[in-house]
Amino acid sequence: MTVNLSSFIMPLAILLILLIVSAWLIWLERRLLALWQDRYGPNRVGPFGLAQVIADMIKMLTKEDWVPPFADRAVFVISPAITMVTILSAFAIVSFAPGISVASLNIDLLFFISMIALNAYSPVLAGWSSGNRYSLLGALRATAQMVSYEVFMGLSLMGVVALTGSFNILDIVEAQRPLWFCIPQFFGLVVFVIAGIALTHRIPFDLPEAENELVAGYHTEYSGLKFGMFFVGEYLNVILISSLITTFFFGGWLGPVLPPLAWFIIKTFVFICGFILLRASLPRPRYDRLMALGWKIMLPLAILNLVVTGSIILASGY
Amino acid sequence: MLSILKTLWLILLHTFRRRETVLYPEEKRRIPPRWRGRIILSRSPDGKERCVACYLCSVACPVSCISLQAAEDEYGRRYPEFFRINFSRCIFCGFCEEACPTLAIQLTTDFEMSEYVRMNLVYEKEDLLIDGPGKYPDYDFYRISGLAVKGKGKGEGDEELPPVDVRTLMP
Amino acid sequence: MNTLFFIAGTMAAVSAGIAIFQRNAIHALLYLIVSFIGLGLVFFLLGAPFAAVLEVIIYAGAIMVLFVFVVMMLNVKGMWYEEKGIFRIGAFIGPALLALVLVIEVFYVLWSTPAGTYPLTMVGPKKVSISLFGPYALAVELASMALLAGLVGAYHLAHRIGSAAGKEEDGHE
Repeated sequence: MTVNLSSFIMPLAILLILLIVSAWLIWLERRLLALWQDRYGPNRVGPFGLAQVIADMIKMLTKEDWVPPFADRAVFVISPAITMVTILSAFAIVSFAPGISVASLNIDLLFFISMIALNAYSPVLAGWSSGNRYSLLGALRATAQMVSYEVFMGLSLMGVVALTGSFNILDIVEAQRPLWFCIPQFFGLVVFVIAGIALTHRIPFDLPEAENELVAGYHTEYSGLKFGMFFVGEYLNVILISSLITTFFFGGWLGPVLPPLAWFIIKTFVFICGFILLRASLPRPRYDRLMALGWKIMLPLAILNLVVTGSIILASGY
Repeated sequence: MLSILKTLWLILLHTFRRRETVLYPEEKRRIPPRWRGRIILSRSPDGKERCVACYLCSVACPVSCISLQAAEDEYGRRYPEFFRINFSRCIFCGFCEEACPTLAIQLTTDFEMSEYVRMNLVYEKEDLLIDGPGKYPDYDFYRISGLAVKGKGKGEGDEELPPVDVRTLMP
Repeated sequence: MNTLFFIAGTMAAVSAGIAIFQRNAIHALLYLIVSFIGLGLVFFLLGAPFAAVLEVIIYAGAIMVLFVFVVMMLNVKGMWYEEKGIFRIGAFIGPALLALVLVIEVFYVLWSTPAGTYPLTMVGPKKVSISLFGPYALAVELASMALLAGLVGAYHLAHRIGSAAGKEEDGHE
């Protein structure tokens, strides 16, 4: 165990940049949504409205941080932190470029899945501890949705693992040098993207916080900084899923001419915009449809993908 | 599934559409002349105040935001001693304009009158009175009503009573 | 490394203890989750990262979520009054004796191996898979059959409530 200065600076820098970028994504999302709805979006505060995020943050931080008297105080306070902690620690395995990552384990991918699995506690406990019926309904929906889609997400990645023969992110990216996995693992990609949207619970799969049905779902009772944690956590989650789509299926930092980091950022940015495009265009499905889509289409598709991939690997003999 | 992809594509095409938003302070929309905005008091073409302090506007106002006090000058002509409109109560319904017999009170196209202090929204007579005739450049109440027209003297029209002599007490 | 191990182990043990004595069901479950995460860390430090991650994904991540889900739905606040009998001293004698045997074993293992020479071998995913589908294939198959039976049973129970039979019962009630 060699402890030097750079091993402290690197994670800290990545953490700070991620937090800043995820806050900036709020601005990006509003501008892009406006673009696709033929509006302008926030364009007043600062150049192109970029300082809108700062204004929003100041507003959020200076708001009264209120804990309802009927809430389970300890759990209520912990649950927004769970989402931040789990997602930020999931970023530990993301390799932004060769050498730019927090940690590299030989079980990277499983670590990511375990962090996503623990992230499910955040909405569940938030909804339960709020002591509000709408929150509880949101929490119930969040549990069922996240537990189900975790399964498909894990299974969809197993094809990638089978092709690479390793759980390590670096190995997975290096294995894509001849051909990006989005072509041989197309169905894996489809399942992973859909499961990713469901796990970030964004539109169209935002049933846990469906505004028109459940007020704001599991974070109805949250205000101030705690709400901000949920809010920023959602965008962190979007960055995480986008960067992992890039890593697992689109060759990570691989690409000609430009430096690796630039390629990674460009690809991730495209997928983040994709997330926002989905939000701009699709309505929310009914809850039973969501579950049916998961268990009747996604699960068979993921298993079939894995089986076919496995048999091809066996047949080609390596 | 195909319809979802089609939706995504159509929304993506909106990137190249013109934006509908009017960037207001820089770019102003044309406002129709009958717009009901800030209230003014106008003058007749000869420069005298049109308002005769009849209180009809104050009575017509549904939110009671107009208050005034009548006075008479040395020629016996009525005019408002003060005329006060509380724009923080005003709903810009235009009833005052309809009620006004001399077309003195008029609603204009100006709507940019935000204030940080509520008291600044109480407009006094000097704030309201403008130098021109407003929307009716040629109208002068005293040259139209109570005058003889061609072929008919005062009080000779159909269903018209002879003029009242205001200087006597007799009915 | 040893310090980390002892911290993680203590954390797991203490939170498991609190999970037993906690009266609020959800809080007890939360302590149990912490205990599982601690166990995962212990596995990791003992050189079994795969087992560690599975511990977190499956126990802490999936099964405990469902536990929380059920407790949340039943909303068992204040139910502990009826279970006061469980906390008699007499009830602890049996489990405590059994646990004591384990504690003695642990101390024996700790003292019998000299410090720093503990044989640490990495057990990666590949090794786990080879042993699961090699020497332990029969056990895996048996476990999968037990799970399948559970699955069929659960489907059967859920199916009766949801379908025609359930509607008839609703009508009578």
